[in-house]
Amino acid sequence: MEGDLEAFRIEVRDWLSANFPPSLHGLTPLHNPADASERHESADYHRWVQAVGEKGWGLPTWAVEYGGAGYDADKADVLAQEFARAGAFNPIVGLGVMMLGPTLLEFGTEEQKRRHLPPIARGETRWCQGFSEPGAGSDLASLQTRCEDKGDHWLINGQKIWTSFAHIADWCFCLVRTDTTRKQGGITFLLIDMLTPGVDARPLKLINDTSHFCEMFLNDVKVPKSETVGEVNGGWTIAKRLLQHERSGLSEQRRATLDLVPLAREYIGLDAAGRLADGDLRPRLLDHLIMDRAYAQTIERRAAAIEQGSPHAPAVSTLKNLGARIAQDRNELAVEILGNRSMGWEGELYRDEELGIVRDWLYSKCYSIYGGSHEVQNNITAKQVLNLPDQ
Amino acid sequence: MGEAVVAVTREDQEMLADAARSWVRDRAPVSALRKLRNQRPELGYDPDLYAEIVSMGWTGMIVPEAYSGHDFGFQGMGLLAEELGRNLTPAPLIASAVTAASALLLGGTDAQKSRWLPRLVDGSSIGALALEEAARHDPAAVALTASRSGDGWLLDGWKRPVEFGMAADLFVVAARTNGGPGDTAGVSLFLCDASAEGVERHPLTQIDSRAAAAVRFQRVAVGPEQLLGAVDQGFGLLDQVLDRTRAVLAAEMLGSLQEAFERTVDYLKIRKQFGRHIGSFQALQHRAADLLGEIELVRSAVYSALAALDSGDDDVALRVSAAKVLAGRTFGHVAREMIQMHGGIGMTDEHDAGLYLKRAHIADMTAGNIAFHRERFGKLLGV
Repeated sequence: MEGDLEAFRIEVRDWLSANFPPSLHGLTPLHNPADASERHESADYHRWVQAVGEKGWGLPTWAVEYGGAGYDADKADVLAQEFARAGAFNPIVGLGVMMLGPTLLEFGTEEQKRRHLPPIARGETRWCQGFSEPGAGSDLASLQTRCEDKGDHWLINGQKIWTSFAHIADWCFCLVRTDTTRKQGGITFLLIDMLTPGVDARPLKLINDTSHFCEMFLNDVKVPKSETVGEVNGGWTIAKRLLQHERSGLSEQRRATLDLVPLAREYIGLDAAGRLADGDLRPRLLDHLIMDRAYAQTIERRAAAIEQGSPHAPAVSTLKNLGARIAQDRNELAVEILGNRSMGWEGELYRDEELGIVRDWLYSKCYSIYGGSHEVQNNITAKQVLNLPDQ
Repeated sequence: MGEAVVAVTREDQEMLADAARSWVRDRAPVSALRKLRNQRPELGYDPDLYAEIVSMGWTGMIVPEAYSGHDFGFQGMGLLAEELGRNLTPAPLIASAVTAASALLLGGTDAQKSRWLPRLVDGSSIGALALEEAARHDPAAVALTASRSGDGWLLDGWKRPVEFGMAADLFVVAARTNGGPGDTAGVSLFLCDASAEGVERHPLTQIDSRAAAAVRFQRVAVGPEQLLGAVDQGFGLLDQVLDRTRAVLAAEMLGSLQEAFERTVDYLKIRKQFGRHIGSFQALQHRAADLLGEIELVRSAVYSALAALDSGDDDVALRVSAAKVLAGRTFGHVAREMIQMHGGIGMTDEHDAGLYLKRAHIADMTAGNIAFHRERFGKLLGV
């Protein structure tokens, strides 16, 4: 067994040296394909997606018939270790991987899995999430998008909002209302091809300028009944499970982090004793750095606890709030450090890094709103983790 | 210093934690602390309970087998401290079996180690660090003088507070052999019998009922065989001893704040006002949820500091200071919320909430408070 793993390790190592494009060394995967600063458009990048996808190595523990490699956890670990050693990233990412895939594996029909999972594993389809509506934010179950039974198909009419990446997505997993007499019990989970006539999506302009968040209009959209996941009116259970995957993905996400220490040294400077010259900001910066380290350690502790099957893993609803708050603190400190260089919107008199920090600061305000707001996460923690009473 | 190779499995650690949890629950409830407080013994702990702690081997956790210990490492020691912290159990375990033991392990000669370590392990001796002098923790500010006398020194000055100083028979004394207060060079550590001529101690009655001592040293003669480590070079040794102490203390604080939190959440589930459980009010639910997040950060920081001590990582000091900052802040926060969420009953002496608040304050002040460790963290990072 050990010997097999070692042979496999060498196989992966050889394959990586033959296939991993040196131009991509040390880059991170594409978390935000709408953000130009994170976009990798090179031919090397596309070759890399294809190469990993063909091996099933993007999702190595998925079954081969679903586009994975059918590996056990040990073999997947070796794969991850060798990727890390080579400075190679897993390019198979996105909402299909993080959210829809695990949900379909649990609730989809065999036909749906065989049709939808392999293109996700090959990095060929991009998915978006049609959940929130103008009138249904934190109270998601109040959604109104109408879904009428037309015999051989569904007819959808309504509006979605905050649909990340809808303008570039190929498919959408969507919640619609099939019964207006019951709230949670009248929701159905559908898969919608974004090329279907009547689907229209466009990016929203936010306080930081354009974003990957879209509004999506559904006008007389016909959806085959074969794209219904689970039971009609049974979508809420599936959605809740999918949202767990979302919280978990968001809480474990390592945001590309700005190192505040060199930034503070450059913009604020040190006094004669080697301390930051701003005696008010300094302790707040240090508190942030201490919490940031502890947060990273908490992510590691959760991963280790899950691997060991321990019941003491920190809850994702708790981690999501910690991660959001600490990241927002970082962005607040960053603009404070820049002083009046953080006042710019655009123009050549500001450095690109300065403009980027300002835009990131503005954007960061959504961390505590998306994926379930801070308040919604705290409701979940109170009820499901602390078991506090309803009345 | 040679780092011990710690070959302790996760199963070993879980067994240890389970045993500690049962013992603390059965033998050392908070009522034991209450009884101790009301009887006001000068020692500041219950010797019978400490004898049980010794018999379970907890005093030998970080001591190698050559000196009668079990070499179980700091993560094991941390688990014990965490459980003892739950019920605020007063025992000189950290003072003697971590702080004094570490001073000997890191700075002692073979003769010093052979003489004292087995006694600290079997409980026949209790060690204590005599470091603090002024109001604020500052290890470099040592002023108590050790002046040359023949081939030895004479110690002169006051130390306060010395934790478990009324119980100790061995003091590890930080003294000034050169330079002045504020200089890291010129600090030396000495082993000194509590019964030596010229040592005079006075009990300090503390809010957490752990009696500390104010110790006066008047021309106390110490010989070269009592010097720990190199003369004038004691600061680095002291710093390491303190970091071991702080990491285990932070683990104890983690146990205390976890217990305070759990008791508070339990109360939210039984107390009714306006015809409903107060735990159903969102204002309280969200504060409890935010506290849980804070506690997760403390736990990670504490475990990371203890693990760094076991593996000999070179960023031990950074991790320890981060853990002490987070443990200090969150223990205080949880203790204040414990009283607030209990309302009037939490203010009564009869209720335990006040005991957690008092301990939270003392634990923060001990071995460097939040401000001290944040400052140290910043210096270590170069900002």
